Amino acid sequence: MKHLLSTQDLSLGDALRILDTAEEMSAVSGREVKKLPALRGRTVVNLFLEDSTRTRISFEAAAKRLSADVINFTGKGTSVSKGESLKDTVQTLEAIGADAIVMRHWGSGAAAQLAGSGWITSSVVNAGDGTHEHPTQALLDALTLRRHLARRHGTAPRGTDLSGMKVVIVGDILHSRVARSNLWLLTTLGAEVTLAAPPTLMPVGVEQWPCQVTYSLDEAIASGPDAVMMLRVQSERMHEAFFPSAAEYTRSWGLTDDRLALLESAGADDAVIMHPGPMNRGLEISAAAADSVRNTALEQVANGVSVRMAVLYLVLSGTETAGTPDLVPSAARRPEA
Amino acid sequence: MSPTAPRYLISGGTLPDGTTSDMLIEDGLLAAVGPEARSRAEAGDGPLETVDASGRIVLPGLVDLHTHLREPGREDAETVETGTRAAAMGGFTSVHAMANSTPVADSAGVVEQVWQLGREAGWCDVHPVGAVTVGLAGERLAELGAMAASRAEVRVFSDDGMCVADPVLMRRALEYVKAFDGVVAQHAQEPRLTEGAQMNEGELSSVLGLSGWPAVAEEAIIARDVLLAQHVGSRLHVCHVSTAGSVEIIRWAKERGIEVTAEATPHHLLLTEELVRSYDPVFKVNPPLRREADVMALREGLADGTIDTVGTDHAPHTAETKECEWTVAAMGMTGLETALPVVQHALVDTGLMDWAGVSRILSSTPARIARLTDQGRISAAGVFETGAPANVTVYDPNVRRTVDPATHATRSRNSPYRGMELPGQVTDVFNHGHPVVRDRALATPRTH
Ligand SMILES: [Zn+2]
Repeated sequence: MKHLLSTQDLSLGDALRILDTAEEMSAVSGREVKKLPALRGRTVVNLFLEDSTRTRISFEAAAKRLSADVINFTGKGTSVSKGESLKDTVQTLEAIGADAIVMRHWGSGAAAQLAGSGWITSSVVNAGDGTHEHPTQALLDALTLRRHLARRHGTAPRGTDLSGMKVVIVGDILHSRVARSNLWLLTTLGAEVTLAAPPTLMPVGVEQWPCQVTYSLDEAIASGPDAVMMLRVQSERMHEAFFPSAAEYTRSWGLTDDRLALLESAGADDAVIMHPGPMNRGLEISAAAADSVRNTALEQVANGVSVRMAVLYLVLSGTETAGTPDLVPSAARRPEA
Repeated sequence: MSPTAPRYLISGGTLPDGTTSDMLIEDGLLAAVGPEARSRAEAGDGPLETVDASGRIVLPGLVDLHTHLREPGREDAETVETGTRAAAMGGFTSVHAMANSTPVADSAGVVEQVWQLGREAGWCDVHPVGAVTVGLAGERLAELGAMAASRAEVRVFSDDGMCVADPVLMRRALEYVKAFDGVVAQHAQEPRLTEGAQMNEGELSSVLGLSGWPAVAEEAIIARDVLLAQHVGSRLHVCHVSTAGSVEIIRWAKERGIEVTAEATPHHLLLTEELVRSYDPVFKVNPPLRREADVMALREGLADGTIDTVGTDHAPHTAETKECEWTVAAMGMTGLETALPVVQHALVDTGLMDWAGVSRILSSTPARIARLTDQGRISAAGVFETGAPANVTVYDPNVRRTVDPATHATRSRNSPYRGMELPGQVTDVFNHGHPVVRDRALATPRTH
């Protein structure tokens, strides 16, 4: 795997390979010494052209646990407005020694463009591009769901998919890269996905996507899901007439106390609440739902580091062979690149 | 042209009406077509050059209603000189230079400057398009009468790049240009429905996370404007029609006798939104590439006369405005040097149109829309009018070439056909009897 650009073009085999590798990484994170020598001497650049402290520090922690050198490059606004093009920026970073570029970008398609441009030879990891995709977020969500399913079955998560799981994704689907990446990945892994949102926040053509679509969150919850994923809703959407008011949004599409109660009665016994964070308490999620033991937010954060370790390891180890790498011994033997 | 200027015998070419015939150019005019061309050539005085056109198509010089020459203001992307070289190489003997230059062509001074630059360049006729509103701002009418009365004799007015969205302003413009038989060419794009728009709106834009440019934003403006044109009894021209729904509305309007003409670009006749999956900004254009069904509807529209003409919307851009993220890249594609090959590929080789049809959509009809009397002088059946100015393009439809933008005469390299194989090549072009292209290469400009 040279790059990770999207989940839409991620095969089931590659998705399982990342998740299984993440399980190994997770075991490392549980140890007293949380460090592997796997990427010693390699340089990972976090190129963040849009604010996201959470994602950046997660990638940074992941790279450091694999002993990679980390360079953080952050900037805001368009590269054009700053006078330096993306091409010049990434070529500079590669000249500094980048082996992988983890890029958060305000523009949809920027990661794919970078990987396909011929400007650089580094691996590209998409850390979120515009309203297109956020593949590592979906992978960490899938890892969280898979562990959840394994606990329910009393089995080990490795090698398993999400067959039979019912996941409801709620909120601003239209503008959400998290929703897109999750839809493609979760369905690849065999889950059934339902999108619930006001019609104004559903993408055009959503009826062609491999999912159920509903305007009624109550119906979606009453159908007994295993997980409800709440998306962050930006209140400025209200001013663009996507919905009349925050109060009306909350009444219809918020995970209120009443809907939490409905989930407790109608959902799976161990149904979980997920949120990519940061949460807007009182808007898309009530305080009780946010603080519920069903909320996996912190587990998602921990899994994020494991998934990102796996991704960095796989794109930089350059191995094309299937299966999970025998991580520690091979990494220790691997010659410096 | 002096009497001792060379005469040209275009020999053995296939004319748009399907006949094989000789053609004599003398004193800048089409002196004879048919058997008398050769006898008259041999009988006449002065030097005679023969252009072997056997196996080639002889077309009336092409007329483009929609060209961005970028001068004044963006001479790094194109100049009148480089743009008209590209036009000549593409077989065009007349181009209409859109008004969105810097400064905007919204005054007699600017249109005369562009017109003068075109004359000095000498590669093809340059007719400036006048802006409808001052600075393309859509707020108040530009001095349309002054531009019409200028040496540039402007007859086509457009805020292209921007839509004349205000219905009152559009109504007034349609009415006002009747005074000098002008036409308003509308860039049909409802601005509020297309804020931040990046590509055709549909399932694909949703997958790619790019803001959609919905078909309705074009169709709503066209519907409004044909009704306005009917109401005030004016001529309306619709630029770069891109959707199947627009074709339907224009068909409806024409059935009711509304004086509307419409144009489609070469790229909308061939390319679809699927290309956007690459996020390569060379495919970013306004209006955006649409669906396969839209491409087919435009081809049908041209074949049945609903769409009147192919306008290139040649939009050169510098490398730095295209070598960047999709969402901030400039919109537009070069097109002058590939227009005729694309038309052959999309309309002739598919059996939708013959070469008389090509003469109609690329020469006589656009000349009529722009009220040019020195271009497009050919009958609907494809019979050249003798005695008319000798604007002639000789075209070899039998070669196939891979498009290499580096070899193009335009200053910019943003051709969406890069690497594609297309049929045909312009071999010779006569602008008012002067050979500006000979043997597939630029010759010399015409001097005034
Ligand atoms: Zn336009």
